Amino acid sequence: MNIDLTATTTRRIQEALTQARHQMGGPAVGMVLTLVIVTDESAQYDSLRAATEAAREHPCRVLTVISRDARGSSSRLDAEIRIGETGPGETVLLRMYGPLAGHADSVVVPLLVPDAPVVTWWPGQAPANPADDPLGALAQRRVTDAYAGLDRLGTLIQLDKSYTPGDTDFSWTRLTPWRTLLAAALDQKTPPITSVEVQAEPDSPSAELLAAWLGGRLSAPASRTTSGGPGITAVILQTADGPISVTRPDGRVATLARPGQPDRQVALHRRPMSELLAEELRRLDPDEVYHDAVSRFDRTYTAPPADAPQENNGQQRTRKRAGS
Amino acid sequence: MPSPAELIGIDGNPLRDPRDKRLPRVAGPSVLVLFGVTGDLSRKKLLPAIYDLANRGLLPPGFSLVGFARRDWENQDFRQVAYEAVKQHARTPFREDVWRHLSEGMHFVPGEFSDPGAFDTLALAVKELDETRGTGGNYAFYLSIPPKFFDVVVEQLQRSGLAEHSPESFRRVVIEKPFGHDLKSARELNNIVHRVFPEESIFRIDHYLGKETVQNILALRFANTLFEPIWNRSYVDHVQITMAEDIGIGGRAGYYDGIGAARDVIQNHLLQLLALTAMEEPTSFSAEAVRAEKAKVLSSVRLPEGDLGRSTARGQYAAGWQGGVAVKGYLEEEGIPATSTTETYAAIKLEIDSRRWAGVPWYLRTGKRLSRRATEVAMMFQKAPHLPFSHTETEELGQNALVFRIQPDEGVTLRFGSKVPGTAMEVRDVNMDFAYGESFTESSPEAYERLILDVLIGDPPLFPRQEEVELSWQILDPAEEYWAAHGRPDQYKSGGYGPKSSDLLMKRDGRAWRRI
Repeated sequence: MNIDLTATTTRRIQEALTQARHQMGGPAVGMVLTLVIVTDESAQYDSLRAATEAAREHPCRVLTVISRDARGSSSRLDAEIRIGETGPGETVLLRMYGPLAGHADSVVVPLLVPDAPVVTWWPGQAPANPADDPLGALAQRRVTDAYAGLDRLGTLIQLDKSYTPGDTDFSWTRLTPWRTLLAAALDQKTPPITSVEVQAEPDSPSAELLAAWLGGRLSAPASRTTSGGPGITAVILQTADGPISVTRPDGRVATLARPGQPDRQVALHRRPMSELLAEELRRLDPDEVYHDAVSRFDRTYTAPPADAPQENNGQQRTRKRAGS
Repeated sequence: MPSPAELIGIDGNPLRDPRDKRLPRVAGPSVLVLFGVTGDLSRKKLLPAIYDLANRGLLPPGFSLVGFARRDWENQDFRQVAYEAVKQHARTPFREDVWRHLSEGMHFVPGEFSDPGAFDTLALAVKELDETRGTGGNYAFYLSIPPKFFDVVVEQLQRSGLAEHSPESFRRVVIEKPFGHDLKSARELNNIVHRVFPEESIFRIDHYLGKETVQNILALRFANTLFEPIWNRSYVDHVQITMAEDIGIGGRAGYYDGIGAARDVIQNHLLQLLALTAMEEPTSFSAEAVRAEKAKVLSSVRLPEGDLGRSTARGQYAAGWQGGVAVKGYLEEEGIPATSTTETYAAIKLEIDSRRWAGVPWYLRTGKRLSRRATEVAMMFQKAPHLPFSHTETEELGQNALVFRIQPDEGVTLRFGSKVPGTAMEVRDVNMDFAYGESFTESSPEAYERLILDVLIGDPPLFPRQEEVELSWQILDPAEEYWAAHGRPDQYKSGGYGPKSSDLLMKRDGRAWRRI
C-alpha cells in the first residue's frame, strides 16, 4: 500500500501508519528497530533498496530523510508511506523543504518505533561529527561510509577524531570477509608474524583500516602498497618460515598460500550494500575493535607526497561501490 | 552460549578478540566424507547446507567433500548431482565462484560397504586431498546410511587406517537417528561405534536441536526474569509437546515399518524438547553443563504407574482425504504388510519426579497424515484461582498458554484473556505473537548448516550424548513393550486430529489437546 501525503504533519503520518496497519490486519512481524537514512534525492533509491533487503533479516521501520531545497522561508513536509509491498516493516520517505530541513529531528523523533533501538545511516558524505548531528544524536548506532566521501581518508581521520561509542563505518564492514579469512588462517599453528603488507587500490579507507587492524593485533609493522584494484588485492603476512599470503586480483576469488602447503582457493566476493547494512544491524553495541583500528590508522597515517599519482581517481571518488 | 571466540580457543591467535563479534567461527581445513550421498537427506539437506556454508564464507579454503556410494559414478557425475541439489534446495543465492571452488573439492569413490578395496581407494583419495588441497589430515565421516551398515563401515574405516590420526588432526563421525530401536540395540550400536571412535568424536545429529527456536527456548528461559518464576508446578497446569506431519510415510516404507512414530520422533525430538523445557538452569552453556542438566531431568522422567493403556495411545492412518487429495491408508501403502502393527500416531503422558514438576503431566504426541504440519511446545497455565467475573462473562476464557512454535512459522505465542470491546464485560482469549516471521527465517540458517559447521569446528553442545539416548529409551521402552503385547493400533482418519483414544487420554484427565 502506498500513501502520499503532501504538506503534512507527523501526527497525520502516524495516523496514516496506524490506519494502514489496521487495514492490512497488522503486520506479521514485530519491528525490532528504526532505521533512519539521511540521504538526498539522487541516492535515495539505492539506499532504500538496500534497506528493504536488509529489513528481511531485521524487520524495521525505515525513515528516509531527504532534504530538498532549503532556501525559501516556508517549511513544508511531504511524506510517502510504503507498507506491506516491499517486505516486512514499514517505509516512510520524508521530504523536507525550507527551514524545516534544518530541523529534521523534530520530524523523525515522533515517528520512531517506541522503546526500540535507532540506527542512523548516512550513505553519502558523512557528517563531521555523527554523534553530534541532530539525527545522529538520537541513534544508538551511527553508520557512515568514508568511501562515499569526497576526501575518503580525510573523512576517516575526521571520523576517528569525533568517535563516540556506537559509531561505525562501512569501510570497516566491507573488511569482515577478509578479516574472517585471515583470522581463520591464523587459527592454525603459525610462527610469529614479522611484518604485514596490505595491497590495494590507492585512496582506500578499507585497506588502511585493515593494515591498522593487522598491525595492531599482530604487533608488527604494517605497510600499504598500491595496486590497480579492485578494492583490496592482497595481504601478505611475513613469518620466519616465509610469507602467508591471501591474494585476490579479480575481486572475486582469493588464493591462500602458506609455506609448505598447497595453494587453496576460496570465493571472496565483494558484498552488496544490503549485506553490509544487514551486518551492521545485527549488532547494536559499540564496536570497540573498529575503534582500535580507526584510531591506530589516525595515529600512524601520513599523507602521501603531493606528487603521488592520484589525479585519475577523481572519477572513482564520486562513484559508489559495492564492497571491498 | 560462550562467545564463538572462546569455543575455538583464541589463545594462539592474535587476530581473535572476544570483543570482535563480527568474525564468525570458520571450520579449519578438513575433508567431509559422506556415506550415502545418493539418499534423499543428502540431496535435499546436506549438500545444499554445505553450499550455503561455503557461500557464507564459513568453510575453509580447500575444504573437500568426498562422496561414497554404490554407484558407478565419476567425480563429474557426483558434481552434477550435487549441482542440481544445490540449485534446487540451497537457501542462499547461487554464485558461480563459490560453486566452482566448492565443486573442485568434490570427489567420488564408488564401492560397496563390504568391499575392502573401495575403502583402500577412499583412504588414498583423502590422503591425496591432504596433499593437493591442504586439508591437514582432518576427516569427518558422515554416516547417512541405515544403522545396519554402521558395523561394517566402522570396521572398514578402522581396517583401512582411515580412523587413525595424529594428535594434531581430528577424526569425527556423524550419525543420524535412529540411535537403535530400544535400549539394548542402542547400546549395541554404541559399542560398535565406540570400538573405533571415542565418545567425544561421535556427533549424533538430531536436526531439531539445530533450529533457532529450539535454541531460543534456552534464551527465553534463562535470559529473562519474566518466565522463570512461573516455570513450575505452582503455575503450570500441564505441558503439550506436539509434532504433527501432514504427509504419510512416502517412500520410507522400508525404514518406517517396525519402527513407528514413537521410536521415530518421541524418543529423540520430543524428549529432547521436553528436556530443554523442563531442565534446571545449567551452570554455563558449555556442552558439558547443558548435557548434564538434560541428563538429570531425563533420568527423572517416567511413564505413569498403572495401566499403560490409560496413559498412552497409538493409531494408524486410514484412507481418506488430506488437504483436498485422496490418500491411501497406512496398511495400503506400498511395501507395508497388511498385518503391520506399526503405529503412525503415538501419544504418551509422562511425569517428572522433581520438586519443580511433581504433579504436572507432560503430554507428547506425534503423528503422520494429520490436518497440518506443526511442531510446538505449549506450556498450559492453571486457571486463575478466583475470577471476579460471572461464569457467562468468562465462558470463552481458556487457559493461559505460552507456545514455542518450532516449525513452520517459528516464533512464540502468548495466549491470554482480554475484554471484548462493547458495553458488556466479556473476556475472550487473544494471542500475542512473536514471529521470526516468514521473511525473517529466510536469512536464519538451516539446522543442518549449523550442525555441520559445529561438527567441523568440533563444538558439541547441540548434539545428544549417549547417556541421553539411553535415558530416552529407558523412558519409552515400557510403552513399546506394552503396545507390542496389546493388539493393533486404532485407525484414524487421514487429515484429522488423530485417533479417538488419544483424545480420550486427555479427557480422562479433564484436559484436551490444543487444536493443531
